[in-house]
Amino acid sequence: MNSVKAINRKAKKVEQVAIAESGDVHALQQGKSKADGKVYHPMGCTLNFTPGWEVDISGGTAGLCQPVERDLFDCYLGCGWPAQVPDHLNNAPDWTDKCSSAANDWRKVDIVFP
Amino acid sequence: MSAIIEAAGLTTYKLGEYHPFQAAGVEFLYLVPSGAIFALEGTAREVIDLLKDGEAPRELIVKTLLNRGHTRQSIETTLAEMEEIEAIYSGKRPNPIPSKIPLQEFPLQRVVLNVTNQCNLACTYCYEYSDDKITQTTGKQKYMSTDVAESAIDMLVRESATRRGIHVTFFGGETLLNFPVMRSTVEYANSKAAEAGKSIEFSLTTNATLLTPEIVDFLSEHRIGVTVSIDGDRELNDRQRVFHNGKGSYDVIVPKIKDLLKRHRTNSIGARVTLTAGVSDVRRIYKHLTEEIGFDSVGFSPATASPQRLYSIGPQKMDNVLDAFAALAWEYRDLALTGHQHGFTNVSDTLKELHSGISKAYPCGAGLGLLGVSTEGDIGLCHRFVDSPVGKMGHLSEGGIDHEARREFLGTHHIGARYDCHTCWARPVCAGGCYHEAFIHHGNTSAANLHYCDWIRGWNDVCLQVYGEIAVRNPKFLDRFAEN
Repeated sequence: MNSVKAINRKAKKVEQVAIAESGDVHALQQGKSKADGKVYHPMGCTLNFTPGWEVDISGGTAGLCQPVERDLFDCYLGCGWPAQVPDHLNNAPDWTDKCSSAANDWRKVDIVFP
Repeated sequence: MSAIIEAAGLTTYKLGEYHPFQAAGVEFLYLVPSGAIFALEGTAREVIDLLKDGEAPRELIVKTLLNRGHTRQSIETTLAEMEEIEAIYSGKRPNPIPSKIPLQEFPLQRVVLNVTNQCNLACTYCYEYSDDKITQTTGKQKYMSTDVAESAIDMLVRESATRRGIHVTFFGGETLLNFPVMRSTVEYANSKAAEAGKSIEFSLTTNATLLTPEIVDFLSEHRIGVTVSIDGDRELNDRQRVFHNGKGSYDVIVPKIKDLLKRHRTNSIGARVTLTAGVSDVRRIYKHLTEEIGFDSVGFSPATASPQRLYSIGPQKMDNVLDAFAALAWEYRDLALTGHQHGFTNVSDTLKELHSGISKAYPCGAGLGLLGVSTEGDIGLCHRFVDSPVGKMGHLSEGGIDHEARREFLGTHHIGARYDCHTCWARPVCAGGCYHEAFIHHGNTSAANLHYCDWIRGWNDVCLQVYGEIAVRNPKFLDRFAEN
């Protein structure tokens, strides 16, 4: 912080929280520790971010801790978070029927109209 | 006005809750209720100044600061940072009171064993025997038995749950009247703590009249911290601290204390001074106890007494005490700036709390991590409440701690329930003050000690200035207050 300087231990904690809340998001594998006050969300976790978001810090997919395809199926099959992807249990049980291998067949996964 | 401005879509800033203070030419904010201390840099100082009338629209602040030559980026950063730490706020006021955390089984940390309710002195102001006493010891065992003491240790080990460090304080009456039980209890507690994989510490409060070389050896061998009650030089000490025949205790205790200080080097030995109407010359007492007798640390506290008692120190004298405390605090600061330790523990205790940024939900650990045990096994909030109908927390022979009573007490004594404290900037360190003091003055343990609010604020302001100056000029000194 530039305009105020944390003096006691509590002030340093308040500062850490403030920086964390307004700080950038970094991928876990960027190798920085939490001590610098930045927020570290595990990339590739659909509990935090929707499919389609998954790019690493350079804008590609090479640095993700999980391949993007894993998120797709985690959401669809395991997670059951209907807001993010079609719901396997009730509304779109056949959504990925034509996609036996996500890496090869992902184009066959189509938009679902409820 | 602000509602109209905000309705028009304009942001209005207001000052958050804090106590401002200056030290070493730097302006600081002591933020409430967080207890965080921040130093203000240039632009932040100006923002506070622009808001000194209570509130101002954001646009006005930005425009004024732009006209003064600040860049838009530095203004935006300053406003964002000050809002983040709640020095200023817009919209809804941040909640000033921490919400109550549902208390589960809070692990016990310390028991205070009143190993006797008898005393060989007859100090006029004693809360245990004076007209203000709340304990009812008539017909009760005069001395704690080994069985009761061991049962109390068992309770401590059991109720400390996963807490690793535990502590036993031996108290009275005059504790050393029952030295045999104290000695056997130390041995028993050591073995029980070792069995449970815990570390254990001991402390003793005594009037020093019964110290012998053998007892000093024992205290040293077992690293027992000692607090000696003494009120100053012969004239001052003997005004209140007398034997039952009226004879002063000074001449009896001083050689024994000197022997204790000389030979017991394994733990701290402090003097505890009780201030009363005739005994309030803080500087004289401090100088005597440190320079003449040799104590490294001295703490002062006014006697708990109804205002009508002759020995009650009264508000006017307490103002003088505050001036004397401040003078000693500046002495503390001067030594700290050169890296040396001063023995005035009222300052060091407060600095430790300010350094950590404590924000208390309860004024002390009584009923929380600390409980008192009477000679017969009555469990009270602390040593001042054992054998009393007030603050009763169970009995060793009736299943130990009455958890329901403890929960109820903690619910009604939380800072959230002490409405008088909700607008006071000193509440993070005070939280309403001593339960016993409140009961004597206001008839209720849950009352805030309104009779000394101004004093507490004055004292905390002094300590904040001492803290600020050390933080600027010799911050390394504060490392000694780091939590273990």
